[in-house]
Amino acid sequence: MSSPNHMTSVQGPEPASARESEQSHHDQTSETEPWPWREASASQLAMGLVFGVVFGFLLQKGGVAKFDILIGVLLLENFVVVKVMLTAIVVGMIGVYVLQRAGIIEPQLSDTIYGANTIGGLIFGVGFGLLAYCPGTTAAAAGQGNLDAWVGIAGMVFGSYLFALTSKFSSGTVSKWGDRGKLTWPELLNVPKGVFVAIAAPVLVGVLVILEILATQ
Amino acid sequence: MKNMISTLLFITSVALPLQVAQAAEELPSPYPYPQPTWSPYLVGALIGVLVLLTLSLANKKIGASSAYSDLAGLLGRVIAPRHIRSLPYWQDKKPMISWTLLIVLGAIGGSWLAASTGTNELTGTYLQDMWLARFGPDSFGLRTIVAFVGGTVMAYGARLAGGCTSGHGISGTLQLAVGSWIAVVCFFIGGIATAMLMYRL
Repeated sequence: MSSPNHMTSVQGPEPASARESEQSHHDQTSETEPWPWREASASQLAMGLVFGVVFGFLLQKGGVAKFDILIGVLLLENFVVVKVMLTAIVVGMIGVYVLQRAGIIEPQLSDTIYGANTIGGLIFGVGFGLLAYCPGTTAAAAGQGNLDAWVGIAGMVFGSYLFALTSKFSSGTVSKWGDRGKLTWPELLNVPKGVFVAIAAPVLVGVLVILEILATQ
Repeated sequence: MKNMISTLLFITSVALPLQVAQAAEELPSPYPYPQPTWSPYLVGALIGVLVLLTLSLANKKIGASSAYSDLAGLLGRVIAPRHIRSLPYWQDKKPMISWTLLIVLGAIGGSWLAASTGTNELTGTYLQDMWLARFGPDSFGLRTIVAFVGGTVMAYGARLAGGCTSGHGISGTLQLAVGSWIAVVCFFIGGIATAMLMYRL
């Protein structure tokens, strides 16, 4: 930004032509330049594989690779999935708060887009109900030998392609409505992060306690 | 185009589960659900720690759904590279061998490891217990269609919503992202409605 400004002040016509050639160069590269095959360094990918193994191991031991347990939560009859998720959220929420304050981690947030989150979420839910496994637990179910999960994987690959195909038409519609960027609850409600976590964590623990009490009755 | 999409959506969201539920046998109530091997609280806490580890060591979060879109795009790059390059979504998010793809590949292996250690929980079944109880042993074709359509619809929704039960449901919610909480509530609303139609109607 600053260097073209600097150049204009020294020599008039040059920056424009420089910018022009830069522009055409850019267009050309984006069309013909080969796409890389690796998103991250080999060591980072290896780390992903190791973390993935642990993730799949935990999902299976937690019972959430089981068809019945996953349908059970959608029928509001079995709450293993809720227990796993809420415990992970409580532990992670407190951990993220502490580690962010210590400067050890940076937030890795998805965008908040009200339209896309809502409509996409509902569509996702329909597929989830039909398949019974969600994308992570499909991998776990496939790994423990549920053969129908492999059909689900094929479906997800096809569905992702369909999305890419329709991205020609869908841009600028629901995927843009209510785009709030990287928004968090403390920002939205205008309360300090620590205060929010100090209230939210016990509330979520309370939900788990209530679930246990209801289950024993 | 819009009409076609909404008709398709209606068919998959209401008509398919309804049709599937027809001629099905009634499930026992209460249904005898299996127990997880480990306490769900222990597993949940360890998954929470796992996300903290990936955030601090790799500067990445744990997700799953984009692995399938990367896989689709990678297959496409091999089969029809020009076509894949012409699609706006993949121009924006280039299909590559990604962190999330490795997470999912690892998860398949990790689950196999977990199922084969301790009490053997390897299944090798195509029709799972609850499905069998509801739709009977002759429902091989039905399960294939439902699983494939389910996977397709779910992946489409995940891409629109920007993530799945892992990326939004765990990694996003624990970082207090508003959109992740909205998405996960909608995942369950859609899932509960569909499952109720299919299993408890």
